[in-house]
Amino acid sequence: MKAVRAAVALVALAIAPSLLAQGSTADEIAKYRAALQDGNPAELWEGRGEALWKQQRGPKNVSLERCDLGLGAGVVKGAYAQLPRYFADADRVMDLETRLVWCMVTLQGYTEADAKKNPFGNGNDRKSDLEALTAYVTSESRGVKMNVPMRHAKEAEAYRVGEKLFYFRGGTHDFACATCHSEEGKRIRLQDLPDLTTAQGAQKAYTTWPAYRVSQGELRTFEWRLYDCFRQQRFPELVFGSDAAIALTMFLARNANGAPFDAPAIKR
Amino acid sequence: MADPMKIRATTLGDSTEVKVLMSHEMETGQRKDAQGQTIPAWFIQNVIVTWNGRTVLSAQWGTAVSKNPFLSFKFKGGAKGDRIAISWMDNRGDKRTDETVIA
Amino acid sequence: MDEMRRRLIQSGGGMTLLGLLLAAGWIKPEEALAQAQTWNKAAFDTHSLTDTMKALGGGDPAQSKDIVFFQTPEIAENGAVVPIGVTSNIPKTESIAILIEKNPNLLAAVFDIPTGTETSISTRVKMAQSSNVYALVKADGKYYVAAKDIKVTLGGCGG
Repeated sequence: MKAVRAAVALVALAIAPSLLAQGSTADEIAKYRAALQDGNPAELWEGRGEALWKQQRGPKNVSLERCDLGLGAGVVKGAYAQLPRYFADADRVMDLETRLVWCMVTLQGYTEADAKKNPFGNGNDRKSDLEALTAYVTSESRGVKMNVPMRHAKEAEAYRVGEKLFYFRGGTHDFACATCHSEEGKRIRLQDLPDLTTAQGAQKAYTTWPAYRVSQGELRTFEWRLYDCFRQQRFPELVFGSDAAIALTMFLARNANGAPFDAPAIKR
Repeated sequence: MADPMKIRATTLGDSTEVKVLMSHEMETGQRKDAQGQTIPAWFIQNVIVTWNGRTVLSAQWGTAVSKNPFLSFKFKGGAKGDRIAISWMDNRGDKRTDETVIA
Repeated sequence: MDEMRRRLIQSGGGMTLLGLLLAAGWIKPEEALAQAQTWNKAAFDTHSLTDTMKALGGGDPAQSKDIVFFQTPEIAENGAVVPIGVTSNIPKTESIAILIEKNPNLLAAVFDIPTGTETSISTRVKMAQSSNVYALVKADGKYYVAAKDIKVTLGGCGG
């Protein structure tokens, strides 16, 4: 009996320091993340994106400077904070990436396939113009309060579909977005997973994408975030610019309303 | 041709703070590609920072400097409008120079 | 031409010829880079502190409390990007180098610090695994060192 008690005591002693270590680990990781904030390589993408925005390109050799992102032709400032939204010219709800493709097609004369062919860089030499353009446009909404509209019937429909998709369980693992993102305090290894069903959780997550991922050496957009979540939960590939991608974005962006947009950010 | 650097130079009292981000793969030469072939090392070896033409920092880098390198330091002096130029050269002989003025 | 040479010689104190040429606007920074382009291959190829010191032409560095790490976390979430800041409070600091003990090659970077530049630099390095990181300072021809143990946790999945 004594031996058992001694063993228990030993175990307790062994556990105590590791618990302490866990607390300080979280503190140190927070310090690591804070140290990265000063000097975010996302700025390199913002710079490249701004140059691409202003450069005369495509079969029609025009710039994107007359592209209407929802606030009028050529207005970039604050535009991302009000996306996705319904665009009458396309008769469709569009997120930023889809709208950029639209402008590349209608203004610059690219085919849709050409405009969409490289949505995500490969982390090495193949860089994505869409990621750079997205970095530039989103950087022009930094500090602007999220204010995604839901006036048009199609906006409301996209939100409802997005919500359905968020809770929809499927794939080989019977997973949904909600499996990981509808409870406080969940994590994968050291990664805290935001509870996207609360305003606070949705705000914190949505307003910090796009982000420079140090693990990939790439700037990643929100469409990439959704694409990779689908891959991780063993769903079919989320098609770039699809109604499903836009609907999920609509649901999460709208839930983030009221919070100041704070990206491109930097993440591990 | 490498993408432009992002340089910030700001006066802080009697000194100037320089922060720069460079666009570079900084390939270590330790990684293998999908075919199992070693990806050759490709990295910035030399960096030089000048203030109105005068060297305020020079550096030699190895492959362990992170991809898309960041560097920050301060020097005494510098006034708004002064020229800061930064050049790098990599192990393939590629070079890039960018300039900014102190804000 | 003679006049120029005289001026170069007269105003030489504290500034290198290269610096003077730069200041006079005779050469662009890029050309200066080509001229200053010394890259110490021997030092960058070393695998132990002893060998690095040999390649740099120095002896055993003295431990120094006047070398301080700043904005340097004890745990790095990703070894691909580890912020390192080093300040040397040693008088006559000429250069600051960053070395990572358990990297394939020890030496990560050497910064030469001319007079007038603060003896403090901040950058980011790759770490293959948890390791001691050395800040090696050359001051008045002598070498000094400080070490910091940094743990690296490589997150595996793309989250």
